[in-house]
Formats: sequence, structure tokens, C-alpha cells
Amino acid sequence: MNALDLRLLARLCALGAGGVIVQTAAVSQLPIAGANADLSPLLVMAVGLLCGSLAGGCFGFGVGLFVDVVSLQTLGVSSLVLLGVGYGAGRLREARDPEGALVPLAVGAAATLLFALGFALMQFLLGVDAPVSWALLRQTLATLVVNALIAVPVFALVRRTLAGSLPDDPRRRRRRAYTTGGLSPLSRGTDLR
Amino acid sequence: MYDKTVRRRRAVLGLLVACSLILLTAYFGESTGGALHGVQRGTSSILNPVQEGASRALKPVRDLFGWFGDTIAAKGQVKDLRAERDRLRTEALAGEADIAENKRLSALLQLDGALGLKAYAPKTGRVIFQSPTVWYATIRVDKGSDDGVKVGQPVINEEALIGRVTEVIGGAAQVTLITDTTMKVPARAGKAGIFGVVGASSAGNPTDLVMNFVPPGSQLNVGDRVLTRGTEPEDTRASQYPPGLPIGQITRIDNEGTDTQEVHLRPFADMRSLDFVQILTQPRGPKG
Repeated sequence: MNALDLRLLARLCALGAGGVIVQTAAVSQLPIAGANADLSPLLVMAVGLLCGSLAGGCFGFGVGLFVDVVSLQTLGVSSLVLLGVGYGAGRLREARDPEGALVPLAVGAAATLLFALGFALMQFLLGVDAPVSWALLRQTLATLVVNALIAVPVFALVRRTLAGSLPDDPRRRRRRAYTTGGLSPLSRGTDLR
Repeated sequence: MYDKTVRRRRAVLGLLVACSLILLTAYFGESTGGALHGVQRGTSSILNPVQEGASRALKPVRDLFGWFGDTIAAKGQVKDLRAERDRLRTEALAGEADIAENKRLSALLQLDGALGLKAYAPKTGRVIFQSPTVWYATIRVDKGSDDGVKVGQPVINEEALIGRVTEVIGGAAQVTLITDTTMKVPARAGKAGIFGVVGASSAGNPTDLVMNFVPPGSQLNVGDRVLTRGTEPEDTRASQYPPGLPIGQITRIDNEGTDTQEVHLRPFADMRSLDFVQILTQPRGPKG
């Protein structure tokens, strides 16, 4: 493990721990339109998109475990679901490498939805002794909307936090290929001369 | 090289999924005194000061957001509150006579008719954590076993009963709110004091409770108040909830008059914006 990996690992640990503490100490106590934002799927989504499926999955597992421990919830529920969220976001980067300013918004909304559905499914499997209300669906929808709105700034914050220790940034990779490889029209022009 | 990367990625994914499932199964299968619960409580108590510090530091941000929300909500409440004020004014006039009579009867029976909240040794605590998911209606308060807090003690805010202590760690206590699906509170409603059991109407709904086991034909009306009953419905031991703590107000009655009637009520306390709460550390009073 080289220095770059260690630096990334340290930053991911700090990001996960800080994110969960801010989530539990402040964000979950701020109702917006009857719902609360949920930072954990957004953080995991951002790390998956920036670092890939392996780092995304591991980060999701770690954040989920931390959430479960801090919230005194059933251990393993959040970690299992967030593991899927992080892995999925990472695979999206590896397979499609999506670009565009609004990609975090769409992927953030999808990550929140996946987390909400996965968590609900786990609760049913563990046996919740109560009917599911419209209020729950409404709150889930409201959380989805709020999370979609804050997904872009959260993604930017995560990218800024991890800047300098990220594995090969796709944009940087493309830029390098464009400027140093044979793809640049300028270099092609030079060759023709 | 590519195959190796893919194999490694899949192996790590499989390992983490297996870890999650093992944790889940072991945690779900063990008792609350089990090893994983112990580790969880230990870790939580270590992190508690950090959370408490973060909660205090971020309070101005919460207050700012709360101010916006409260201002919008207050506008909608003005009309309802004016109507309620008029009604309460009328009731207060009628109540004065009852209070005078009550004082006389209390003196006759040599009982402390004015048993205040202090008799239950309340400990005021700050909410330092609220469950991030709607599936768990729990909060954490910065008062724990060091302050005499024990599992089962009732918790109130300035408006009503909000829940009971379900977990105690060093300097903090986990409170399960009455809107959680696992909570049941023996209660009485209306002027006749009809008995029933109050619980969550559904998962994730903080504004609606339901009162079950109300005898058919009971004289209950929309607007009636629901209070704690003070005794468990099925056993002989004294209830952890003192009698007469307000819970909520009846909003509608489904299947009225039948065996399956459900009395819905809106809790007096707003479970989404709890800041300070009180734990009644002597729920049975000074002799409890």
C-alpha cells in the first residue's frame, strides 16, 4: 500500500466518521418539508463515483456499520444496503463513466431511493409489526427530493475533500490523453507539418 | 490483469456481504446483553461526548432552520389556536369550581392533591441525537446511568409524554418515542376516562397514534384528551407511567361502535422537533 492509498484511506475514514456524526447530531434533527435529508447514501454515492466500485463498496460497508453502531440499530442492516449503493455507484463510473454537472443529482436520487427501498425490505424481512403508512411513503419521497437537491454540493464537497488522493480522475485521464497523446488536433497538425 | 482485478473486486464484495449477513444474524439472534450489543453500547458511549459536542456546536444551525420552519407553521396555527383559546377560556371558568372542590376533597383525604412533577424526580436532558431513519423513532438524551436514569423510565417534554428509556449507556440514554411501532402505553380518554392502549398507527408516522382495545359503545368524541392510565393493562405490577400525563387529542374514530374500533389521536408533543426533554427518574413518585 503506497502513500497515496494511505492518504485516501485516512481521508475516507475522516469523511465517513465526520459525515455520520454531522448526520446524527444535526441533519437528522432538521426537518425539511416533513422529512430529513440523509447524508449517508449521498456520501457513499459520491465516493463510489469518484473512487470506483471497490472503494465505494468498502466505504458503504464502513459507513453503514458506523450508522448502525451509533444509532443502536440492528447491526448489518445499513452496512449491507450501503455496500450495494457504493458498489453500484462505483460500477456506474467504471462501466459508463458518466459526465455532466447533474450526474451527482441523478445518481444521488437513485442512491437514496435504493437505500430507502433496501432498508424497508430489510425491515420487512426482520419483521416490523405495523402497517406501512402513506406518511412513510411521503417522507421517503420528501427525503428523496431533499437528497437530490443537496446531492450536487455534497458531491462537490466529497471531491474537494478527496482531491489530491483520488485514483486516476476520469476527467484528468481524458485531458491527459487529449493533450499528451495523439488525439489533439494541434499535435496532429504538427505531425502533418 | 483485468481478470485479476475483477476477481479481487468480486471477492471483496462477497466478503463484505457475508460479513453484513453474519453480523445481522448474530445481532438479531442474541439477547440485549449479548456480545455484539455490548460492543455497540461501548462504542456508542465512547462516541457520545463527540456527538454531544457536535450537537451543541451545530445547535445554531438547527435553530436557524427551525426558525424558518416554525414561522411558516405558526401562520397556519394562529386560527386553530384562537379557537382553542376561546374554548379553553370557557373551560377554565368551569374548571375553577372543580379545582376548589378538588382542594377541599384532597384536604379531607389528607392526600397531596397537588403532587407536582418534582415528585417524580425529573432530570432535564438535551436531545443529542435523532434516529436518521424513519423506521426507528428514537432519540438520545445526554443523561444516563450516572444521573440515575434506568431502562423503562418515562420521558416527557414541555407538552406531553414522548416515550420511555429503552437503553442506557454511561452518560446518555436512548429513548424510544411513543410513535415507534414497538411502544404501547396504557391510557384513558375523555371525561369518562375510557381505558385503552395507545400505540403507533403505522410505521414512520409521527403525527398519528391509535388507541386500541376501547370498549365498543364508549362515549368518546373528536377533541377529547388522552392521558396515561397509570397501570399496565395486563399485569399486577404498577405502571412505569405516572397517571395523568397528557398524550394527545382524538382526531377521528374508525369503525365506531364496533369491536374493532380504532381511536386515532394526534400527539401533543411534536416528535420531529425535540430539543429538551425530562426523564422521570422516580415514575412511581417519592415512595416508588
